[in-house]
Amino acid sequence: MTRAVKLAILAALVVAAFALSLIAGKQWLPLDGDAARAIMIELRLPRALIGLALGAVLGLSGAVLQGYLRNPLADPAVVGVSSSAALGAVFAILYAGASSLAVFGAAMAGAGGAMALLAALTWRSASPVAFILAGTVLASLAGALTAFLISTAANPYAIASVLDWLMGALTDRSLADAARAIPPMAVGAVLLAATARSLDALTLGEEAARSLGVRLGRLQALVVIGTGLTIGAGVAVTGVVGFVGLVVPHLLRPVFGHRPSDLLLPSALGGAVLLLVADSLCRLAPGASEVRLGVAMALIGAPFFLMLLLRHRRSAWI
Amino acid sequence: MDLIFDSVGVMRGRRAVLRDIDLTLRAGRVTAILGPNGAGKSTLLKAAAALIPATGRVRLGNDAVATMAPAHRARAIGYLPQEAAVHWNIRARDAVALGRLPHRSAYAAASARDAAAIDAALAATETTHLAQRPIAELSGGERARVLLARVLAGEPTWLLADEPLASLDPAHQLDILDRLRAVAAGGRGVGIVLHDLIQAGRVADDVLVMHDGRVAAHGPARAILQPAVLEPVFGVRFGTLPGPHPICIAMERLGR
Repeated sequence: MTRAVKLAILAALVVAAFALSLIAGKQWLPLDGDAARAIMIELRLPRALIGLALGAVLGLSGAVLQGYLRNPLADPAVVGVSSSAALGAVFAILYAGASSLAVFGAAMAGAGGAMALLAALTWRSASPVAFILAGTVLASLAGALTAFLISTAANPYAIASVLDWLMGALTDRSLADAARAIPPMAVGAVLLAATARSLDALTLGEEAARSLGVRLGRLQALVVIGTGLTIGAGVAVTGVVGFVGLVVPHLLRPVFGHRPSDLLLPSALGGAVLLLVADSLCRLAPGASEVRLGVAMALIGAPFFLMLLLRHRRSAWI
Repeated sequence: MDLIFDSVGVMRGRRAVLRDIDLTLRAGRVTAILGPNGAGKSTLLKAAAALIPATGRVRLGNDAVATMAPAHRARAIGYLPQEAAVHWNIRARDAVALGRLPHRSAYAAASARDAAAIDAALAATETTHLAQRPIAELSGGERARVLLARVLAGEPTWLLADEPLASLDPAHQLDILDRLRAVAAGGRGVGIVLHDLIQAGRVADDVLVMHDGRVAAHGPARAILQPAVLEPVFGVRFGTLPGPHPICIAMERLGR
């Protein structure tokens, strides 16, 4: 099967998953009737759009970060952007009225702050090791500050809504939410896609890549800003949803090959499929309330990933 | 075009690993770079490829290497690092194709010219039959040849290689040396770090001997590969063999 055919199949899966996300729910939608149209446009369309965009950027940024750090265990969480965006959002929920605009703005500010700190910490080194260390420091700092904010909050209802939000969900998002989140995601995705060639060159190591004309500083800027915009906007509108960026490039590597540039587009498509299907399943799970998407991803993702590791244990490239 | 070093120095921390290098490596010739461990051989190559900050200036003809546009420099100087790292299990041909990256404009697909250069590089290193194999399935020597093909595919004006023979069997060592001689015969420059003095005698037109970050000797191979020149640098007594090439063989440590 050629790459084009495989991509076409993935794209068809995206379309199918998007359609599923539009009609699936405790009430399956027939495709006509005014009430159905209202539910679809007001409730399910924004949810499907955000799910599509979020899954795509999670998959893409995971593939880019794994290529950049040359490490199959890398994912957007290692950069510290998601925890920093979450910190901003938690602050807004507790102290700035918790409107969706305030949460979005604060989360983007948190992501922006993380990008600036990351750039400052790795300035002039452009080495993946410095990048991982700086990201780890940022993630734990943001996590600690988030815990601090929660522990000092006076209002138990606010704490409940913070915890609810942190678990990540696509429930009850509006078209306005989608319109806020998708533009920064699109800009970030373009920046991330521009790293493709440099990631290929990095396969041979940093020195060989530089001897091939790769500017590591520019590459790092693309990775940092691209991840910040995509993941920041994602967290801002859905909370923290993990595992997609880690698992999707893994799943697709045997199908599309190991070359980093060959994995970017497939990972975006695959991430969208995974997230849309997972979100649809969340709605269908029995019980009065929905399973939170972030929780579901972790519940599905962790054992799945373990299985993957066990199966590939004998090969050098897990 | 000759590769010219104007009082080049490199510091690592507070230690000068390269000092006062004034040198002209000539195009159209193979220069073997020799010296004991820590003499500054690899550092010299990296400074020449502008991969590390250096004082002074390295020039390719009249152009300072450090200030060339990265893509232009990448087309001019091909560099093969010592460690044969390939971080993803890509196909051998895709690894070789990376050598063409400096020749491709931002989003253009590979051209017929690129494909021809890749094929030629695979043929030159006898790796054509490995082209479709994943790199993890290759032996150390096969992988080393594929990585050398990567540099050859870029068709650089200067080819700088850090111990390209290290993991090769004798037959492939001879093949690669022939290949490097052919590159130089085509008018391009070749600088290779070697540890094997016998291979150096076989391949080199010129020999550069480094010692403690300085140039200990530089000149035509026959003049430099002499026990009197090498013994103070390596601290080893050398014997010689008669024959078409200047052959020096390490016999025993001096001063023990």
